[in-house]
Amino acid sequence: MRRRAQWLLWGASLAVYAFLYVPLAVVVIFSFNDSLLNAEWVGFTLSWYRKLLADEEMLAAAGNSLAIAMLSSALATVLGAMAGIAMQRWRLPWLPLLVLTPVAMPEILLGVSLLLFFRQVLDLTLGFFSILAAHVTFSIGFVAVIVRARLAGMDEGLFEAARDLGATPWMTFRRVTFPLILPALVAGFLMSFTLSIDDFVITFFVAGVGVSTLPLQIYSMIKVAVTPEVNAVSTLLMALTLTMVLAATRLAPDILRRGR
Amino acid sequence: MDERREALEAGSRWKRWLVAGPPTAFLLAFFLVPAIIVVVASFREPGEFGGLVPLAAGAAAFSAEAYRFVLGDIVYAEIFAASFAVAAVTTVACVALAYPLAWLIARSPRRRRDLLVLLVILPFASNFLVRIYAWIMLLGPANLLYTPFAVIAGMVYVHLPFMVLPLYTNLEKHDPALLEAAQDLGAGAWTRFWRVTFPLSLPGIWSGSALVFIPVLGMFAVPELLGGTGDVLIGNLIKEQFLDNRDWPLGSALSIGLTLAVLALAGLAAALSRRGLKGTGAVS
Repeated sequence: MRRRAQWLLWGASLAVYAFLYVPLAVVVIFSFNDSLLNAEWVGFTLSWYRKLLADEEMLAAAGNSLAIAMLSSALATVLGAMAGIAMQRWRLPWLPLLVLTPVAMPEILLGVSLLLFFRQVLDLTLGFFSILAAHVTFSIGFVAVIVRARLAGMDEGLFEAARDLGATPWMTFRRVTFPLILPALVAGFLMSFTLSIDDFVITFFVAGVGVSTLPLQIYSMIKVAVTPEVNAVSTLLMALTLTMVLAATRLAPDILRRGR
Repeated sequence: MDERREALEAGSRWKRWLVAGPPTAFLLAFFLVPAIIVVVASFREPGEFGGLVPLAAGAAAFSAEAYRFVLGDIVYAEIFAASFAVAAVTTVACVALAYPLAWLIARSPRRRRDLLVLLVILPFASNFLVRIYAWIMLLGPANLLYTPFAVIAGMVYVHLPFMVLPLYTNLEKHDPALLEAAQDLGAGAWTRFWRVTFPLSLPGIWSGSALVFIPVLGMFAVPELLGGTGDVLIGNLIKEQFLDNRDWPLGSALSIGLTLAVLALAGLAAALSRRGLKGTGAVS
């Protein structure tokens, strides 16, 4: 009886894991398929990747994506770390609300509010800066949560000891707090980088016409047709974010134990 | 002594602002102010070529026309209802799929758990559009593309990890002694599940449901790419007003409607999982 329940549980779970992985595997496999129609396997080729590397628009979009991801995650790591430290140390009631709401609400709401703000209030031409600011806004919360989790597991006595030994606040930060939260900072950076390079919905609203990113490029391609070139760019993007996420979970294993 | 304490407190207040100030200022500028602007914009008149009528027009720049329009046309109520229905079906499907997985992970040996959780998160690391595209590839040849089924499949696929993780965190904390006690008292496997495990896991289900239901409500890319012409949800409506029709007041009013729905749901989920906590004792 017990044994049968166990088998059932494993069977059902394997089916769900298959549900999670089979669609992505199909995308990857067909990126190597020597046929314009994504219908049946013909033979192995790398020509879709070659075509991708010759696609000027795609390369420009990839360049934008990388630049925005680098800058926005650097900024978000600094601001998010400050927010995380402040949240842990002083329990300001409004700070978590301000930091976590942009993460919890549907992305479209942040997207349209920033569109209105940039166009109607700042009268800004949408492009690189608006995308950058938007990405920092939604990344701060993730970094703050990771940094706060790291600090929460720490002995307050460490900081008191440093103070008692005559360290200035800055010295305490540099010699005690910073080394202790460094793994969380790296994990937060990697997390923000992944979020930024993957973001579609918010970027879609604040990008305007001039500047494109990889997800926007993929969107305009799949709206038109299904081509193996999309599979190729998807596979490359998947490999990149996969590496990032694995590195982040290595550095801060507690990410796995929190909702997101 | 008092003086020193006061000096320390003043110092810490100064320090507090030095640390909390920059992120607060950034988020006030790029989150709170834009949010307030949506509220203001929903009460403005649309400009002739998109945007809003300039404030210089005085009283003529303001009106509640957008709300009158939304409340006056049954189509909008229907689309809100349809969005709730899609979100509800997606949430139920997510619970059904997530339960065995979360349970398996919670009952695995400790060292295997992290790996099994990672296996749930990894597909999630691939791009959102890539995950939708995968379903275009799969459902296209099966002639299921551009149907309500495709929309639900895509929604479930995109949101499943949000249900697995809170459910697993909940199930992991269950005391196995409870199930043993139930067994000793003669309860069969089925009864043990429905009378012990399932009620105890309700708080996990509620918080997972909030994480699935809320983003689904605002989603526009899944119905746009996988659904047919009839599969229009709130998200598509908002996107259309901002980017295609360029009626920003109407788009803002719809966004306010979505925000209110989200706030109500988040409050409900919080209340339900708190009540679950009280009702069942120790487990969260």
